[in-house]
Amino acid sequence: MRAYEDWVIEAESKGKKLSEVILEDQMEELEQSEQTLFERMNNNLKVMRGSVEAGLSGKRRSVSGLVGGDAAKVEERRKIGDSLVGTEISGAIAKALAVAEVNACMGKIVAAPTAGSCGVLPAVLLTVEEVCRSSERDIILALFTAAGLGMVLTERASVSGAEGGCQAEIGSAAAMAAAAAVELAGGSPRQTADAAAIAMKSMLGLVCDPVGGLVEVPCVKRNATGATIALAAAEMALSGVRSAIPIDEVIDTMGRVGKQMPCALKETAQGGLAVTPTGRRIQADFL
Amino acid sequence: MAKSNVFDLLGPIMVGPSSSHTAGAVRLGGMARKILGEEPVEGTIFLHGSFAKTGKGHGTDLALLAGLLGMLPDDERIPDAWKIAEERGLSVKYEVIDLGEVHPNTVKFDLKGKNGVHLQVIGSSIGGGTIVIGKINEYEVDIRGGYPTLVVLHQDLPGVVAQVTLLLATAQINIASMRVAREKKGAQALMILETDQTIDKAVLELLRKLPKIEQAMAIEPL
Repeated sequence: MRAYEDWVIEAESKGKKLSEVILEDQMEELEQSEQTLFERMNNNLKVMRGSVEAGLSGKRRSVSGLVGGDAAKVEERRKIGDSLVGTEISGAIAKALAVAEVNACMGKIVAAPTAGSCGVLPAVLLTVEEVCRSSERDIILALFTAAGLGMVLTERASVSGAEGGCQAEIGSAAAMAAAAAVELAGGSPRQTADAAAIAMKSMLGLVCDPVGGLVEVPCVKRNATGATIALAAAEMALSGVRSAIPIDEVIDTMGRVGKQMPCALKETAQGGLAVTPTGRRIQADFL
Repeated sequence: MAKSNVFDLLGPIMVGPSSSHTAGAVRLGGMARKILGEEPVEGTIFLHGSFAKTGKGHGTDLALLAGLLGMLPDDERIPDAWKIAEERGLSVKYEVIDLGEVHPNTVKFDLKGKNGVHLQVIGSSIGGGTIVIGKINEYEVDIRGGYPTLVVLHQDLPGVVAQVTLLLATAQINIASMRVAREKKGAQALMILETDQTIDKAVLELLRKLPKIEQAMAIEPL
């Protein structure tokens, strides 16, 4: 079983970025050249950019009519300079909503790690890009860091809402985004681990309770709040704040909490917000 | 558990909203189309369990149809599958079914092709867009799209299997796994072979011309 700590130690000892260590690992594993892997990851990045753009235009509505147009509202307020939290955070919120809305409206996205959590990582990385004026190459590398952490999450815990609740989906996405953001902002491999741990800790126990079983309520908005948690965790780690509990132990905890969580709170739409009077009414009206 | 890679975690590139109910559903339709081996013109799609209950909101109906039309999970025309099916002359109807103790995301296709092939295929979307075909007609199968796969309907007679494997051997195609099942002694039988090399059109045509072979379909890995 993989440990994120092993990669941190390897990157530190070789004086490399975490993403470079993961890239080497994957070249061997997939028997593909660096260039091929870069191109494949670049395809993901292109689709991510496309879904941000499509979502911000706010034209689409989901089949149920519950989702659509919210990303555009946040983006509009940001553009006129009215944002309460500043243009970076409001931009991340708008982008995360945008991608999650595109997903709910049957548009094209990259599962990251899942379709339901597809907005967090693009929102965070494209926000850091704006702040740090990152190169395309560095953004692609940061995606390898995110995916590397994702592999550890899959192997030690789960990235499926049906297995581990929302902590396994939005929680994993936030941890992956936090690690990638730290690397893209120039942080050390150790700091990527701390950021991921802080983000994951903030998401532990989050249940998967989709109204009507649809990837809409509360999933779309949790992408936005997940992105802000990732940025907060990255900010702390970049400042030198350490996570008291190491990342691999936090991931194991997420897996354990997921197993302890009752089935009603794991994507079955039999608990949580799904069974509120309003949730039931929405389900009855639509289905 | 098989080791994951970076593209399992970032990907697939797909049309939303759900990897199991949308992307997996497109793949199931695509697999059914490949097993049919020709352009489908008529079909009934039977939805089981979660596919029946939450399928509408996930576009599962559209996704299954898009797959039958040969689209892939990232095709942005998936929401227009109805219209495209009409243009292409594919008419489908949907029904709810209880298939018993199967995966909650399971579908049964009853398909007719343009040259008269008539088949039933049952498959499940088992998470993250991964699928498995569990039944073709009355035969239990286990097709996951990991290898090039050859599906052969034939008569249960001595030597029929041997002539197929001999032909593959001559074409330098190595068999990774093989499974044979039959209705009853001497009646129709089914052969499923997973291979290390691709089964090209020429080989498939030769297979179809062998005696006692009713049908042969080659399915590319997903």
